[in-house]
Amino acid sequence: MSLIRNPKDFGSGCLFAGFGLAAVILGASYPVGTAARMGPGYFPRALGLILIAMGAVLILKSLRTTGPAITIPTLKPVFVVLASVVVFGLAVIPLGLVLATILLIVVSSTASHEFRWKEALVASVVLAAFVVAAFGYGLNLQLPILPPFLGRS
Amino acid sequence: MDLLSNLALGLGVAFTFQNLFYCFVGVLLGTLIGVLPGIGPVPTIAMLLPITYALPPVSALIMLAGIYYGAQYGGSTTAILVNLPGESSSVVTCIDGYQMARRGKAGKALSVAALGSFIAGTFATLVVAAFAPPLAEFALKFGPAEYFSLMVLGLLAAVVLASGSLLKAIAMIVLGLLLGIIGTDVNSGLQRFSFGVAELSDGIGFVVVAMGLFGFAEIIVNLEQKEHREVFTDNVSGLWLKWSEFKEALPAILRGTGIGSVLGILPGGGAMLSAFAAYTLEKKIAKDPSRFGKGAIQGVAGPESANNAGAQTSFIPLLTLGIPPNAVMALMVGAMTIHSIQPGPQVMTSNPQLFWGLIASMWIGNVMLVVLNLPMIGIWVKLLKVPYRLLYPAILLFCCIGVYSLQNNVFDVLMTALFGVLGWVFVKLECEPAPLLLGFILGPLMEENLRRALLLSRGDPTVFFTRPLSLGMLVAAGLLLLIIVLPAVRKTREEAFHEEAA
Repeated sequence: MSLIRNPKDFGSGCLFAGFGLAAVILGASYPVGTAARMGPGYFPRALGLILIAMGAVLILKSLRTTGPAITIPTLKPVFVVLASVVVFGLAVIPLGLVLATILLIVVSSTASHEFRWKEALVASVVLAAFVVAAFGYGLNLQLPILPPFLGRS
Repeated sequence: MDLLSNLALGLGVAFTFQNLFYCFVGVLLGTLIGVLPGIGPVPTIAMLLPITYALPPVSALIMLAGIYYGAQYGGSTTAILVNLPGESSSVVTCIDGYQMARRGKAGKALSVAALGSFIAGTFATLVVAAFAPPLAEFALKFGPAEYFSLMVLGLLAAVVLASGSLLKAIAMIVLGLLLGIIGTDVNSGLQRFSFGVAELSDGIGFVVVAMGLFGFAEIIVNLEQKEHREVFTDNVSGLWLKWSEFKEALPAILRGTGIGSVLGILPGGGAMLSAFAAYTLEKKIAKDPSRFGKGAIQGVAGPESANNAGAQTSFIPLLTLGIPPNAVMALMVGAMTIHSIQPGPQVMTSNPQLFWGLIASMWIGNVMLVVLNLPMIGIWVKLLKVPYRLLYPAILLFCCIGVYSLQNNVFDVLMTALFGVLGWVFVKLECEPAPLLLGFILGPLMEENLRRALLLSRGDPTVFFTRPLSLGMLVAAGLLLLIIVLPAVRKTREEAFHEEAA
């Protein structure tokens, strides 16, 4: 039997303690002040210390109680979904809304276990048309629609 | 009668063409996302917030509110026909609603759900109108110490709602508070945790956090499972209830309405908690509890009334105290601040048209919802057939465009992806994200009130215990903690005991 018997508690304990530690270390230079005249460092440091304490309790608890393992059936959705969002973010200014939309839809569609190329392409074109009509013209969003290097008239 | 003249003022505001239109858009969208499993009111409202910039504040709030209670109607449709909760608050409706559908009573189940929701909505509108003004007047007496204690109470009460570990939920609140203070400190002008990134000097947008934690993370988790969705019936007919059936359902509807109205007002309450409580009650007081789970009409009527009532009365703490009791209300705070309205007791006096217009629109919205959900049920059934593989990329797209248009900023889109990862990690670790969002919204407010309270008391922390109102709220918070902790303590002890025995 491994030492960590409750992986979910252990993981969240580490996460909280890590955030708490980061707050205390990164906020070390902020003036703390006194209770009556609180500086900008007072509240974050207090929260950081509380988080470290709670994280520590969770880690200790994970050694003494048993809990189910963390299940990750597949990592594909996390990577694909987030990659598609990042691609959209990076592409939208240099390539314009139309191409960014098509990229986002096609990339994100591959995360489904029922992915079909043709369907995804058709969906992306339809959505791109809708988005341009609704957001580009309807709501006048501040975004280039076509790639700027094509020249926008 | 003050109440009547106020409601009349509200109806006057709500009955303008523009507000009727946005109310309709709101409840329509609410029904839509309620019907669709896999997208809830939180990401939808977050997605639409940027669009509301251009609207007058009343219209914006009317529309956003419509999404929340509209989703309660739509959620029941999916629960009954597909045995999937379209909305988390319809989980219990699945139990008896789907059984009714399997016995050919789908139409009746839908009718009871809609009728119950309507009665509950009407009653809850009156509750909001009657209770909000005195509460707001009371809240005007609050000083910083009271506000701080109130937030402690509100945040701890929100933990009751979070399923799972109490410790984790409180830690999530604290983490939320911490994330909330990123950015420029109002008192000293110091940049806190912004790492020299210009985009962080105003803090992280709450839409970014909400969309990442609720929207993206949910899509990822849904994709990990293989889709299985079967629409039970193509043609829904027999919507009319027999008089005997109505008589059976009515008491359950009224009880559900009562429970929902009360639980909605409590901080930490809202639609989901109300539905669960109502189902438990119906089962307890039924003459023949064994019928539950086999298509008991009360099992649909009670929770469906309760979740709608709870959804509406959860506006009370927001409108009177400025404290959001759940994640949706936290977004409403954002919507109000976008239009530079500070939520709190002063809204009613400084913006009576907004306040009463919003309340009156809830009743109008409920009328629209009955029409939308019963005669037009066929459309929603068709919508259920859209496969998720076509749906989620579109949701992602609208989320991305929504986040971008908040500040015309690519940085926000990338931040949302980051919060998506964090949200996924939280799901894996069984940490409920709602308390984090509440803490995030309240972080700066809480720090400010703590500072002020201690400044006024010259650093004496007993100020929180010597002022009676503040003390009362802290005692309530303590009691609440005790209630939740006690059974948990017992349980872990039992677990330890079991292990020793084994």
